[in-house]
Amino acid sequence: MSDETPKKRSTGLSRREVLAGGTALSAALFLPKNLKAADFPTAEINTTGLAVTDDTVTIGILHSVTGTMAISETGSVQAEKLAIDQINAQGGILGRKIEYIQEDGASDWPTFAEKARKLLVNDKVASVMGCWTSASRKAVLPVFEQHNGFLYYPTFYEGLEESPNVIYTGQEATQQIIAGLDWVNQTKGAKSFYLLGSDYIWPRTSNKIARKHIENFMEGCKVVGEEYYPLGHTQFNSVINKIRLRKPDVIYAIVVGGSNVAFYKQLIAAGIDPAAEKPIVLTISVTEDEIRGIGGENIEGAYACMKYFQSLENENNLKFVEEFKKMWGDDIVIGDVTQAAYLGPWLWKAAVEKAGSFDVDKVREASPGIEMTTAPEGYVKVHENHHLWSKTRVGRAQADGQYEVVFETAELVEPDPFPEGYQ
Amino acid sequence: MTRSSFMSRKELIGFLILAAVIFLLLPAMLDSFRLNLFGKYLTYAFVAVGLALCWGAGGILSLGQGVFFGLGGYCMAMFLKLEASTPENTAIQSTPGIPDFMDWNQLTELPVWWQPFYSLPLALLAVVAVPVLFAFIIGFAMFTRRVGGVYFAIITQAFAAILTILIIGQQGYTGGVNGITDLRTLLGWDIRTDEAKTTLYFVNGVLLFAVLLIAQYVRKSKLGRLLIAMRDQEDRVRFSGYNVANFKIFIFCLGAAFAGIGGAMFTLQVGFMSPTLVGIVPSIEMVIFCAVGGRLSILGAVYGALLVNWAKTSFSEAFPELWLLGLGGLFIAVVMFFPNGLAGLWSEKIEPRLMKRFQRPGTDTLKPVAERAPAE
Repeated sequence: MSDETPKKRSTGLSRREVLAGGTALSAALFLPKNLKAADFPTAEINTTGLAVTDDTVTIGILHSVTGTMAISETGSVQAEKLAIDQINAQGGILGRKIEYIQEDGASDWPTFAEKARKLLVNDKVASVMGCWTSASRKAVLPVFEQHNGFLYYPTFYEGLEESPNVIYTGQEATQQIIAGLDWVNQTKGAKSFYLLGSDYIWPRTSNKIARKHIENFMEGCKVVGEEYYPLGHTQFNSVINKIRLRKPDVIYAIVVGGSNVAFYKQLIAAGIDPAAEKPIVLTISVTEDEIRGIGGENIEGAYACMKYFQSLENENNLKFVEEFKKMWGDDIVIGDVTQAAYLGPWLWKAAVEKAGSFDVDKVREASPGIEMTTAPEGYVKVHENHHLWSKTRVGRAQADGQYEVVFETAELVEPDPFPEGYQ
Repeated sequence: MTRSSFMSRKELIGFLILAAVIFLLLPAMLDSFRLNLFGKYLTYAFVAVGLALCWGAGGILSLGQGVFFGLGGYCMAMFLKLEASTPENTAIQSTPGIPDFMDWNQLTELPVWWQPFYSLPLALLAVVAVPVLFAFIIGFAMFTRRVGGVYFAIITQAFAAILTILIIGQQGYTGGVNGITDLRTLLGWDIRTDEAKTTLYFVNGVLLFAVLLIAQYVRKSKLGRLLIAMRDQEDRVRFSGYNVANFKIFIFCLGAAFAGIGGAMFTLQVGFMSPTLVGIVPSIEMVIFCAVGGRLSILGAVYGALLVNWAKTSFSEAFPELWLLGLGGLFIAVVMFFPNGLAGLWSEKIEPRLMKRFQRPGTDTLKPVAERAPAE
């Protein structure tokens, strides 16, 4: 008799435990982050025949992993895969795991167009994370607009575009440029600027905006020179001589790719040490990725103006950098574009969940106003014009290849792809 | 019989098989997307056929065919771009009515040399005339000075590099690295729809056959035999009283015209033109198409262009990070084992066996197989 009671008690206890556990479990299932696929019948959330099944959704990754751009675009691919893994670990989107089809743009614009069409027409992907150069984006744009695809484009770029089929997760030119120019003017007292860049649309448009801002909105400031060099150019002696002659306060450099290596080495060889700040070197084209090629000692002391640096000290970023390195190796560096690429899958997830549908038209409608508080760069928000509200920061290059953040805008900077007064 | 002098029975069968593949087999087997891809590959076949004449028959190796392909393509793209840049479509620009890239580069009016491209007949004329003019200048300068062989190949390669740099550098006038993008309609006909792409595929196929017939005619004419004679012993032809340079200039210009047509069809089917199709790499790729197909055979060149590009697409879809190695392996294998390409494989290995098997004893149509494969 006496030993029956404890037995009963113990079974009673365990039953309660089971019940309690069950309640907790069912509560967890109704948390917004763990949406069940069964609550969203495929026929209802996918009315346009996209690659959505009862437990998966397929998206495309379209970057160059071969050819000259591979070195820049690999970081974006890695970031996108990390984001997809993390989303899947949390239960996916509307209860569906993300699967991806990766295609290689091969640094060749017609190939980008071909692969974009393949992803949209053949594979019916629900969205695409991809492209890097403006040329590749321009090549795929008509394809996305014709087949009503949805692209998340990570690179900072020249603006002058606002496609209903693209979310631009990098900064457009005015966001990146104006804050930096104001900063160098106000804190360093810079008055004269020498603009130079690689010869294609992004540096040219960026310098156009920089010149208008300097001449029209910054009192007493002037541009003392503006020059362009072909992509891949490696002889900067003549422009460096001109710079020494005209003695600008700031060298505003938008040199891209391999030319950077030659440019910064030749600057130092000519006695213009960025660390001396006479003149100040300010760039918008050198991320941590480029410094690997240039060598930290060759660019130490130069300032870069963009929205993200790997060294940002906030909780989101510390976690992001740690997980990135865990997935892709300790020797990896993370630049501005890589971080912007990481935002793509997350912003898409948020938009799909807000819309309650994978249909491109509904995702597009849901996109403006989407907020992301877990972004490594801090808080971002999608603007009506499909660009992101984001802060702009200035970093000072260190010998170890990282940037020390010296300035950050107090408020989010509004994206303005068609700036009035800058055309 | 006139036909037999123009085309032997064996060649006729080859033409018919290719026609069946292009007009029946591929459209029946492929969906609109894949068919459009094959349409794109076939535009490279124009260049490869031209190369089979210049290089295979004439011994003139040009590593700059991308120049002509690109010029033809750009002429077409300029017309389409002007049609797409109506003041209504470009109202957001500082100067509405000019192509968007000109506006981005602070141009405020259309350059004079763009004006003729408002007219379709002039643009179509330019598609052929501009590459031919360019080829004539290069050919005249080189061949009358008796520059040939490797030196000629290197110079054509330099031209490919020069033109790429020029296009990229003059971006206000050419669209720069981005190229000329966002082409929409041809005389109001939307070229971006699936139906339009299918129609363009067939137009492309018909044009390709026209080009193939011209090439066949040239090969069978006295000119064709002279070309082969020049390739094998140029001095003997010269000493026989022929002006070698003129023949070479002609065949080089003909190859350029073919490439220009291919370029225009490329622009129509892909929807844009960019300097990546002009430079050294695509020019060498085009030589590879021709080499894989068999540089001595004009039909082989078409198969070469189809096979290499199809392999490129499928390798890169299956192995996005390793496909270049697979493609490289294919080239090495072809060059090592079948120096005369696919056409050589067919005429040396497969055809004789088929002939033996199907030949009834006593029939007299067995011809020497090595007829079109003289040693270099």
